Amino acid sequence: MLDSILFYFFAGVAVLSAALMVTRRNAMHCAVFLITTLLATAGIFLQLRAEFLFIAQIILYVGGIMVLFIFVIMLVRLDVPIHQMRFRLQKWVAVFVALALGFEITTILLFARKLPGQGLFIQESFPADKLPPNSEALAQSLFSGYLLPFEIASVLLLVAMVGAVVMAKKKERTDES
Amino acid sequence: MNPTAQAILHFLLTWWVEIVCGVVIVAVLPLVAGYVVLVERKLMADMQARLGPMRVGPHGLLQPIADAVKLLIKEDIVPRDADGLIFWFAPVISMVAAMTSMGALAFGPTFQVARDINIGILFVVGVSSLGFLGIILGGWASNSHYSIIGAIRSTAQLVSYETAGGLAIVSALLLSGTLKIRAIVDAQYDHHVWFGFLAPVAFFTYLVASIAETNRAPFDLPEAESELVAGYMTEYSGFRWALYFLGEYANMIVVGSVATTLFLGGWLRPFPSVHWLDKPLGVLPALLIGGVGVYSIYRAGKQPVPIQTWFMWAVALACFAVAGIFAAPWVFAPLKFIIPGLNGAFWFLLKVGAYIYVFMWLRFTLPRYRFDQLMHLGWYILIPLAIVNVFAVGVALLLESEFGWNRWLALIVTTAFTLAIALFLVRLHDKRTTAGSSATAATTDSYAG
Repeated sequence: MLDSILFYFFAGVAVLSAALMVTRRNAMHCAVFLITTLLATAGIFLQLRAEFLFIAQIILYVGGIMVLFIFVIMLVRLDVPIHQMRFRLQKWVAVFVALALGFEITTILLFARKLPGQGLFIQESFPADKLPPNSEALAQSLFSGYLLPFEIASVLLLVAMVGAVVMAKKKERTDES
Repeated sequence: MNPTAQAILHFLLTWWVEIVCGVVIVAVLPLVAGYVVLVERKLMADMQARLGPMRVGPHGLLQPIADAVKLLIKEDIVPRDADGLIFWFAPVISMVAAMTSMGALAFGPTFQVARDINIGILFVVGVSSLGFLGIILGGWASNSHYSIIGAIRSTAQLVSYETAGGLAIVSALLLSGTLKIRAIVDAQYDHHVWFGFLAPVAFFTYLVASIAETNRAPFDLPEAESELVAGYMTEYSGFRWALYFLGEYANMIVVGSVATTLFLGGWLRPFPSVHWLDKPLGVLPALLIGGVGVYSIYRAGKQPVPIQTWFMWAVALACFAVAGIFAAPWVFAPLKFIIPGLNGAFWFLLKVGAYIYVFMWLRFTLPRYRFDQLMHLGWYILIPLAIVNVFAVGVALLLESEFGWNRWLALIVTTAFTLAIALFLVRLHDKRTTAGSSATAATTDSYAG
């Protein structure tokens, strides 16, 4: 009972603030509602007993990525270029993507029973209080079964970081000369 | 009894420790923050050969309450062009984040709101870092140049120093092998040593990073009063300002508690595994608090006004009451079960107090850093040092588990390696700054250090 209450609360907050995030005009308000969406999603993770995902969502998305968003919004006066950009094209792209995603999800849900194996329905789920602690489980699988993908992802991120530094440096030098 | 009442009773019986701790955190924290401010002002006065607040109550003991009343009844000003909603809730974010993260902290073996959650220390660090959202949003919503510069500085500073602090925490977590707060303290009990001694570089890195994260001098650039009036809280007044202030001090307590848990042995007393010290260190809390009471009685005679004498007597009585609670189990044996909890809380709070005292000490001793110096210190010295230290602690643990080295020997060798790297980094940084344009080099040198 408590679980469903929590789920509907967090899901409601997430959907509502996602809608507000898209419709608000002020970029900072959009960012605030995006933060609320992310926090509510984190709440759903916690309600599903995925405590590591919960804290990773908070530290990485809210504490890391959203900081950069807000930083950029504060540094750049967005109300000036907002009238110059071509938002009409974006609108149609967005409608197309939304429709495609909606179609995809509906198909999966409709045909879920016909998928091979159990489909989307897990027959025997663990009772919530008997779940094993998942930070350890996550670390185990990440550093044993999925070591190669994990390392590739790390190298990719490192390359991106070094690339960003190099590009920023280059621009500075051309400015001076 | 009807089923609803029974359910409520059952709920209360299961959760009473959590509920009591939560209420205490929310209710007592503002008071504690107020008295931390008083201690800070007294210390500052002492270091500058002044008396500090003396008028409100004997030795200014009622000053925090007077300040709170003043802030509550002050006019609440909202700038005309401010963004109403965000301006309204930004200070609340700051304070709620700090208080929520306290929920996972263990103030002693019995006092904890969220019992032993699996991600303990990550939860504290992650949620308390949300408090900066209040700072940036408040700075932005005020629609003032000083505020926004303060907010931008704060963001840049937090992003830089959170990395160093997080890596320092990783070093300690490598030693403990768990994220649970209780298990971290138990690991220090099992190893017979505080992790601060095993990983001194990590402790130092965390100390510097935590000062920067709480925006305190010498890294208080987000609110540097000689440059930015008051930084991100320039436009705030009255109780909203008080919320920011409360959030800042609550954050200090959180940061101090994290450092205590990770590096200073949590609620363990000094030498926790030496058993002949059980008795003398067990009576120490009661004796210490009783001693404060005796000193208050001694000071009571020197007060200029009768009412202040009476107040000092009241303080002494309160001290004796607390000391009595600590001493009661020695007289009345059935109460013995409260000893570990109370003594643990005493040592924990003592260590947090010592940590915060270091914060204040540094604040009154060091001049403020310039912003580029701050960034240089963070990115060129602390972050590489923290990364090298994570590596070094890992190597030490490998040497211990795979090659059978003594833990102390392994850690001393790797720490020496880390310190050599640190020396190299500092030399490199010095060279880089002196190699820069000669006009800035002179000023940089005179402030360097």
